[in-house]
Amino acid sequence: MTTNAHVEKKRLENPPATIKFKIQRREKEGAAAHWETFEIPYRRNLNVISALMDIRKNPVTIEGKATTPPVWDMSCLEQVCGICTMVIDGRVRQSCSALVDDLLLASGGDTVSLAPMSKFPNVRDLKVDRSKMFEHLKKVEAWIELDGSYDLGPGPAISNETAQERYALSRCMTCGCCLEACPQYGDDNYIGPQAIGQARLFNMHPVGKTTIDNRLNGLLDDDGIGNCGNAQNCVQVCPMSVPLTKAIYETNRDITVNALFGWLKK
Amino acid sequence: MASSGLKIAIVGGGLAGLAAAMKIAEAGHEVDMISVVPVKRSHSVCAQGGINGAVNTKGEGDSPAKHLDDTVYGGDFLANQPPVKRMTDMAPAIINLFDRMGVPFSRTNEGLMDFRRFGGTLHHRTAFAGASTGQQLLYALDEQVRKWEVGGSVTKYEGWEMLSLVLDDHQVCRGLIAMNLQTLELKSFAADAVIMATGGPGLIFGKSTNSMTCTGSAVSACYQQGAKYANGEFIQVHPTSIPGEDKLRLMSESARGEGGRVWVPRDPMDARKPKDIPEAERRYFLEEKYPAYGNLVPRDIATREIFQVCLEGNGVGGENQVYLDLTHIPAETLTRKLGAILEIYEMFVGDDPRFVPMRIFPGVHYSMGGLWVDYEQRTNIPGLFAAGECDYSIHGANRLGANSLLSCVYGGFVAAPAAIEYGKNVERGSSESNGIHAAELKRQQEINDSIIKSEGGENQYKLHEELGKVMTDNVTVVRYNDRLQATDDKIRELQERFTRISVNDSNLWATQAVPHARQLKNMFELARVITLGALNRNESRGAHYKPDFPDRDDENFMKSTIAEYSAEAPVLSYEAIDVSLVEPRKRDYSSSKKAKS
Repeated sequence: MTTNAHVEKKRLENPPATIKFKIQRREKEGAAAHWETFEIPYRRNLNVISALMDIRKNPVTIEGKATTPPVWDMSCLEQVCGICTMVIDGRVRQSCSALVDDLLLASGGDTVSLAPMSKFPNVRDLKVDRSKMFEHLKKVEAWIELDGSYDLGPGPAISNETAQERYALSRCMTCGCCLEACPQYGDDNYIGPQAIGQARLFNMHPVGKTTIDNRLNGLLDDDGIGNCGNAQNCVQVCPMSVPLTKAIYETNRDITVNALFGWLKK
Repeated sequence: MASSGLKIAIVGGGLAGLAAAMKIAEAGHEVDMISVVPVKRSHSVCAQGGINGAVNTKGEGDSPAKHLDDTVYGGDFLANQPPVKRMTDMAPAIINLFDRMGVPFSRTNEGLMDFRRFGGTLHHRTAFAGASTGQQLLYALDEQVRKWEVGGSVTKYEGWEMLSLVLDDHQVCRGLIAMNLQTLELKSFAADAVIMATGGPGLIFGKSTNSMTCTGSAVSACYQQGAKYANGEFIQVHPTSIPGEDKLRLMSESARGEGGRVWVPRDPMDARKPKDIPEAERRYFLEEKYPAYGNLVPRDIATREIFQVCLEGNGVGGENQVYLDLTHIPAETLTRKLGAILEIYEMFVGDDPRFVPMRIFPGVHYSMGGLWVDYEQRTNIPGLFAAGECDYSIHGANRLGANSLLSCVYGGFVAAPAAIEYGKNVERGSSESNGIHAAELKRQQEINDSIIKSEGGENQYKLHEELGKVMTDNVTVVRYNDRLQATDDKIRELQERFTRISVNDSNLWATQAVPHARQLKNMFELARVITLGALNRNESRGAHYKPDFPDRDDENFMKSTIAEYSAEAPVLSYEAIDVSLVEPRKRDYSSSKKAKS
């Protein structure tokens, strides 16, 4: 919904009678991965989650072998909780909003491949452990310091323009797409765009600004913002269109300004 | 670091749970937070439209008293009024607090919070952050609680599911048992008080607008251990949802709040594109019947009207769908005010609602009923509290849009000090509680073992589908006593078949089959509460509508339904409600609100 002109969506003509799902399986963390393929009847407007639910009910592979049900995470199914993220036909995204028609239209085939994200510990099958991302939020102190949660009247007046810029950053649902796609992220060497975006969200707030030093310091360690290689993959895969590269640029600028004035203050 | 020694367990990390956690940590106590998903992924993220509070920034003379009146009138006089008053009085302070926490609320030219109109009111009372207000409010509390987590006073157990309460010989709650969803390890959590904040039970209906975590399972466990469940039969069916195979996705009321119009072609088989159908050949059936409120009548009324139009074969194409039309509003305005929800529609249906009217149909959305609580959010079990959608206290027979986020935060803010007060005064009896924790742990382990061993061939997902279908068919918009009785019979049949399930996963590491089986077992019990509550209530009120009893019957039924567990069937009783603040009057949205009849 980037333009205000009406663009009609291309639709899948002549769909196949059945669709195949090639799913990467792993019994538990550390076990070897293998692939299994399942086949289900085609229906219009099917998303990947509906297909997985169908497979789970009676998990038998295309070869007729009974197997365990694939395990994956899901919750809101409206692409707002971020939990159902996986790698679908080679691209990291949410499985709830991945429509089978669109996937087949793009691939021209009748098979969809599903794999877990590779940058996080693989718990089982398509399920990963993203607790690291919440640790990142602690490191950049992604919150406003309140005097207390009692009634002290409204917050400071903020222009609608700033509110909307902050809203765009605040839509980050901690799904991990940006980290999966970032060539620099991995092995704990780089905190990644997600945390930088959240640092920026609070640095833009009139009260959040008062603790900007703490947030910027969290980004100056060895795994800090300096590791960004400017590949710009993060903004391309972000399902919420969070302006991540802009946040990285502006945070770098804040660090420079802060370093300069910090030095002058001494 | 907390020093005064109180430890309070909170089950659920949505808006209500996080609100309580923040208040408890701020008061210097410790919290164990148990949540099936990382708390930032809780169902509160799905709330779209906004949060109500009579901040009165539009010169409309709005006030908390008017908000109270709208809420109890919209709820068709089934809520005790004192807690509703306390909530509407607190509402402006709650909204201001979120503003201070940095929620990016949409703002006016002057830089103040902007407010929009929602259903069931004539005032601009709803603060909003784009069209994902729930997400934004949840994140604000998540951030504040993370700060307390870093400080050491909040410990999160994410990926743990509560299975039961630990009760002592005097039926006092001393903690709970939870299961690690990766390892299936069971652990007992000792606590001075427990706050339930687990949200709604939408999954009982199979498909609903709820997240997949909203099973009602933990609340059902409390009910089976003696907690009273109130007004279970009051299930809100949202008028505008987008049907899907995996779930019904919500189309927010804010679409109508911003001017969306509901209509059907006068000829249901009209083959023209909607934009080519002239005004005169469209039926704006809500505007025709309710000129004052138009498309913004309360949800129960809009739902019944849409349902009725489709039932009579007048839905678009003769099917179960009507148009929700925004195309008369400039695309740029829609992008700015409703971007996020319109994206959801476009993402899942493929049409751009800025140019093509949406096709919508009612879907199960919210439970007004829940654990019975008093005015301090205390359940009937000493030491057990409840807040948010899982308690019954605020919305009566029908919830107004944008009151749910408010009631979650209100419930958490009341439950927290009440739990602290209780914890300070309760006798610990620690030697006694050691034994009861071990005993309850053993009992829960045995239930797990028996589910894992069971080999009767019944498929758990099939049973769940059958439950969802019978509940959706018979216990939603229109209810008949013979069908309700048949539904209860069916639920009992499903319960019997459940004893013969074969858990469909031989790998128990991170299995979803064992937790699902336990949830399903609990869902059956709440399904009976909902169904029999509806069967017994021979009147129509709010979301509960029986064509055979079309009128509200205040003399016999202006009372809360109270269900208490027994192995045979829920035992139902009725409790008078406090209507001391707003005198009950007939609900009528065809003209502006009448003060008193």
